[in-house]
Amino acid sequence: MRQALIIARKDLLIEWRARLLLVRVAPFALLVLVLFAVALDSEPLILRAAAGLVWLAMLFSALMLVQRSFDVETDDGAVDVLLTGTVEPAQVYLGKMLAAFVQLLALAITLVSGAVVLYGATVGADQLVLLVTATLCAAWGLSSVGTLYGAVVANMSGRDSLLALLALPVTAPLLIAASRATEAAFGSQTIDAASGWAWTALLVVFAITFSAAGAAAFGTLMESDT
Amino acid sequence: MREFAVVQTVTTNDTAATNDAAILLADVVVALGGFPALAGVNLTVQRGELVALRGANGTGKSTLLRLCAGLVALSRGSAQVMNVDLASNRAAVRPYVGLLGHRNGLYADLTARENVQLTAQLIGAAGEDVDDALVRLKIDARVAATRTRSLSAGQRRRTALASLVVRRARVWLLDEPHAGLDTAARKELDQILCEATRAGATVIYTTHEVDRADGELPRTVTLAGGVVASDRAATRGAPR
Repeated sequence: MRQALIIARKDLLIEWRARLLLVRVAPFALLVLVLFAVALDSEPLILRAAAGLVWLAMLFSALMLVQRSFDVETDDGAVDVLLTGTVEPAQVYLGKMLAAFVQLLALAITLVSGAVVLYGATVGADQLVLLVTATLCAAWGLSSVGTLYGAVVANMSGRDSLLALLALPVTAPLLIAASRATEAAFGSQTIDAASGWAWTALLVVFAITFSAAGAAAFGTLMESDT
Repeated sequence: MREFAVVQTVTTNDTAATNDAAILLADVVVALGGFPALAGVNLTVQRGELVALRGANGTGKSTLLRLCAGLVALSRGSAQVMNVDLASNRAAVRPYVGLLGHRNGLYADLTARENVQLTAQLIGAAGEDVDDALVRLKIDARVAATRTRSLSAGQRRRTALASLVVRRARVWLLDEPHAGLDTAARKELDQILCEATRAGATVIYTTHEVDRADGELPRTVTLAGGVVASDRAATRGAPR
């Protein structure tokens, strides 16, 4: 785990210096929220769709973050250096996933706050634990699947569009579960807190599955026979 | 400054340490996208040997290095690096080797020191090893504190080499390490490679250089069409 933490720290330091999250991803995600609000143009409709819109914006933003995370590894061949050494590929995967998780968590906090401000969504004190847990689990799931598919396309040409094409369908269960759990936390009339927790459990299963698959397959996926 | 030391912390399969060959390739074929980049290579490199690999573009030099690093699969033949059978478990060779390809393997938004430090942290090397490597490669404090995206090609190459030095790999695989370096830096690099071999490391590097006196060349293997076309022993005055 020590090596994973070193790699996560490296990724976060690079992100801190490049400011991608702050300058491009977060503004893009907030803009998506605003545009959805303008397009829907109906307060009850917006309120009902708020949770889904938050996680849709998260999904698009996650693709940008993951793409960047793998660009820094492949631009100058750094990944070859990582893979020829004493670092286990699973540690590289976990490190990159951890760094993505931290960034996605920061983005999720921003977007949930954005939903509260822009859409008028409310979170009761009794639903706060559900919201925090669901957000943590969804960010974990998104970082695990994003890092896995980032590795899948890392050595392919046209990887920008391929990442979206391959990863988005796979994240559908996560999108549904995160949206429903967040909707419950927002106090929606259509779903109760117990159901919200059930959806959160699905998020945990999703995250564990893709974390395990990513750790197992990362080395093979990152190898390029070219 | 401390002398080079080959890392001793790798514990996997040292049982065959009596075999002096660091690299043993027999009828090696590597197909990339259906094309045989290596078409029957036979090559033995002893431990502590320095070998220059020459040949025109597309003759398989880089592929041979990547094969030895466990980064490409063997299609046919047999290959062993540090007694690890690449056909059955090529990933097992990776802790032994250090590969510097055409690209430097650096992170553009990290400083030169941070790049070398990252390598050191990952293998558990001490901080003074980083200082030693930077001094050895003549990377001064100003350059060390500069993000590598702002460095010249030569400075980036030196930083990559410093990362390799700090790793203390048993087998160094260098793809045109002299590229981007001035004459003085090339001589320094030769000296570094010699020191590494004296410390027990095996070094193979590719080169296109033709303007150097033959006496300065170590054992030179020339590839042509994916096979070994000539294998000339080190000549008098060679680094080894």
